[in-house]
Amino acid sequence: MSNPTIQEEVTIKFAGDSGDGMQLTGGLFTDNTALTGSDLATYPDFPAEIRAPAGTLPGVSGFQIHFGSVQIFTPGDEYDVLVVMNAAALKTNLRALKTSGTIIVNTDGFDKKNLRLAKYPDDENPLENGSLQGYEVIPIPITKLTRECLAESSLSTKEQDRCKNMFVLGFLYWRYSRDMDETLKYLNSKFSRKPDILQANVSVLKAGYHFGETTETYSARYAVKAAPLEPGVYRGIMGNEALVMGLITASKKSKLPLFYGSYPITPASDILHGLASYKKFGVKTFQAEDEIAAVCSAIGASYGGNLAITGTSGPGLALKTEAIGLAMMLELPLVIVNVQRGGPSTGLPTKTEQSDLLQAMYGRNGESPVPVIAAKSPGDCFFTAIEACRIAIQHMTPVILLSDGYIANSAEPWKFPKASDIPEIEVTFKKANPDEVFEPYQRNEKLARPWAIPGTPGLAHRIGGLEKEAVTGNVSYDPANHEYMVKTREARIEIIADYLPLQKVEAGPDQGDLLIIGWGSTYGAIASVTKSLLARGKSVAHTHLRHIKPFPKNLGELLKKFDKILVPELNNGQLAKLLRDKYMVQVYQYNKIQGMPISKSELEHAVLQLLD
Amino acid sequence: MSTNPPTNGQMAPLKAKDFATDQDVRWCPGCGDYSILKQVQTVFADLALDKDKVAVISGIGCSSRFPYYMETYGMHSIHGRAPAFATGLKIANPDLSVWVVTGDGDGFSIGGNHLMHALRRNINIKILVFNNQIYGLTKGQYSPTSELMKRTKSTPMGSIDYPVNPGAFALGAHASFVARSMDRDPKHLKEMLHRCHEHAGTTFLEIYQNCNIFNDGAFFAFTEKDTKEDNCLFLEHDQPLIFGSEKSKGIRLNGMKPQVVDLAAGKFNQDDLWVHDEKDIFKATLLSHFFDDPRENGALPRPFGVIYASERPTYENMLEAQITEAEDGGADLDALIAGPTTWEIK
Repeated sequence: MSNPTIQEEVTIKFAGDSGDGMQLTGGLFTDNTALTGSDLATYPDFPAEIRAPAGTLPGVSGFQIHFGSVQIFTPGDEYDVLVVMNAAALKTNLRALKTSGTIIVNTDGFDKKNLRLAKYPDDENPLENGSLQGYEVIPIPITKLTRECLAESSLSTKEQDRCKNMFVLGFLYWRYSRDMDETLKYLNSKFSRKPDILQANVSVLKAGYHFGETTETYSARYAVKAAPLEPGVYRGIMGNEALVMGLITASKKSKLPLFYGSYPITPASDILHGLASYKKFGVKTFQAEDEIAAVCSAIGASYGGNLAITGTSGPGLALKTEAIGLAMMLELPLVIVNVQRGGPSTGLPTKTEQSDLLQAMYGRNGESPVPVIAAKSPGDCFFTAIEACRIAIQHMTPVILLSDGYIANSAEPWKFPKASDIPEIEVTFKKANPDEVFEPYQRNEKLARPWAIPGTPGLAHRIGGLEKEAVTGNVSYDPANHEYMVKTREARIEIIADYLPLQKVEAGPDQGDLLIIGWGSTYGAIASVTKSLLARGKSVAHTHLRHIKPFPKNLGELLKKFDKILVPELNNGQLAKLLRDKYMVQVYQYNKIQGMPISKSELEHAVLQLLD
Repeated sequence: MSTNPPTNGQMAPLKAKDFATDQDVRWCPGCGDYSILKQVQTVFADLALDKDKVAVISGIGCSSRFPYYMETYGMHSIHGRAPAFATGLKIANPDLSVWVVTGDGDGFSIGGNHLMHALRRNINIKILVFNNQIYGLTKGQYSPTSELMKRTKSTPMGSIDYPVNPGAFALGAHASFVARSMDRDPKHLKEMLHRCHEHAGTTFLEIYQNCNIFNDGAFFAFTEKDTKEDNCLFLEHDQPLIFGSEKSKGIRLNGMKPQVVDLAAGKFNQDDLWVHDEKDIFKATLLSHFFDDPRENGALPRPFGVIYASERPTYENMLEAQITEAEDGGADLDALIAGPTTWEIK
């Protein structure tokens, strides 16, 4: 066997019909890659329909992985390798394949029917008409080889065909010099009760690997070494998974039972699924009849002394608007998780966007300030969830946590913390004091009111959405009191900044030509561009906001230290608008509104133009 | 806001005023809500409820001011959503006695969805629907229970909006307890409130309530002395369906069809009558459709009392049971965070 060629970084795109198991193939390849110690980032690209007609262009499902022996920030711009299971997958993905990139093709997916469904002209087969000249094409009759491998099996042809993704996986394991043990363990546990299916998957996986070996002359072999990651114990993590763990951790650290009221919505539903499977941590999940009932039940649970969370995506946040206003008025802790997707209206449910920032900031009637924080990466969702809960509890307020479809479903290696390293969240429930009259809206140094939960002896009181008198909380229509309460509610959110860390520059100088300021999932692209431009001697710095309402106290000072400020966002300029409003600074925008993350190359191009 | 002495230890028997707050009650003079408030306070006192373990949750509307006047925990929430808040509160703290106060607009119009789902889930909350067949707080538009052709500010030529039948709605949503009462019969109303308290599960009590400003007399056929006996059928479990002045009329089932019979005429006697069985969903369904306009000839009388009551497991108990079962396995936070597969970088 020849020695593999060492590569520094590789981007692979798996693409096939939604029934071809590309997400599973990508996921298993990712787990396997993580075990080699390479750094990585992934990006799944789901079709909007659950099962669009097989073989059609809308039915194509993709999974992208970028891995390397260097630090990896993004899932990669263009692919080095494109795996296509049928003609539609080739058609939809070819445009992002690098010049002279490799295409691994299931030739059985290019019969007349598949070509017609992929809308290739009659009698045109891209595998045969020379249009792929310049690429390295590795044609494999994967369906046929899978069926041959399973000729002796009791499985139906349909069941046999479902194993063909294992052939692809086996071939890639060979191509990238991998060990298959963990995948075999996974298959053993997944199909432990279905020995026929287990045997078939294992056989086909091995067949794919052996196919690589026996046709060695025909394709080269590669290896990517471990990345210089910080020493420690790692796991793979996806954003929604990290949110689930972060919320449970916050529940344990605050010693409050966790209540999660939610209504299924893409791409937030996995948080509901995740939490529902952790009842052993005392988690109460409530699948409500609609988005409104989901948030209202959470407010009820918060009133009852639980750590109450509701999760949703953009359209659901719109429906929850009135109730969030009530939670703000009641001054009860509540975390609203918004896993943003492409908007407006139903928009692009399976695609990513950052276009709910202004909705989170302002989308309520009346003067209705609510803290807004954002997670920047899959692993960061864990810490951001804990931070949202901490602010909600300690400041007695609803908090909106913004994630997005990209973070939610992307994976990265994560050096996870020990539970004991995470600080406790102090909770004080009000108790009756015989020496004082209980006032529901008496405030402490944080301007937070007491959390007096029903069932507490001696504290019976009423709260509601009508304007309330300062201190007593009684209904009040007094004009001066109303203005005072509006100002107080704003002040008590602004005061949170006193308890936040100052904003730091993540990379680059503390002052200079250009500050790139981001929030949320643009982190990887900005970090990657900044690193590359710093290496080229440019005066560029990167800062990334977790806290958007309120902003960190020193943000205005930081902005003044740079000649130019650039805000890259997956929207039409929402953070840019907030920065201009608050600090009256000139802000340049880089906006992408295509349902996809910002790529490194396009951002680098934009930054260089600005620096000229 | 007043403070409340702890209620543990030996105390004098509670009175209705122990459940009254120091806030001025601001319903219109003569409103039916006053009577309902009084009966609820009286029943809570009779039951010696610990006011610190009671929460009254309301939506928006005249009736929804109710929590401000109850010396218990309470929340005046947003329009139509009270059952959802109450559900979350009851799940968080199943030991609380949770009461929902809503109206015909709040409950059946903007909040119809939440009402339906609370009823089918059978979470142990007590829902009181004050039905006055009008929007009072917004000053007199027709409501989802207003009768056809009703002339209001928003229906100058008469309403063409077919009214909801609350009892049938509740049974259709698989409520485990459905009852009806009225503001002007304090004794009956108190009895129904007691029954709600006793029932483990969601209770649905529709209370006919007179809005003397915008819909005065909507229920006078049922509530006033002259007409009450002929138009009201007071249900008692295991008792034949008898009504009318002199108890002279009864209901028999002719196949599946309810039929009013004259007991004085000699053809039918009490043994021929339909005997009320509040656990029989089929009979309850028929009863819920006794919804005729009392002015019509041959109208069936309107049933009051417990139409249906049959306990089944409550949502919060089933949830608690699942959590207890799951917790048996033990829960290790570090194991959760690490997940099934880890690797070490040295």
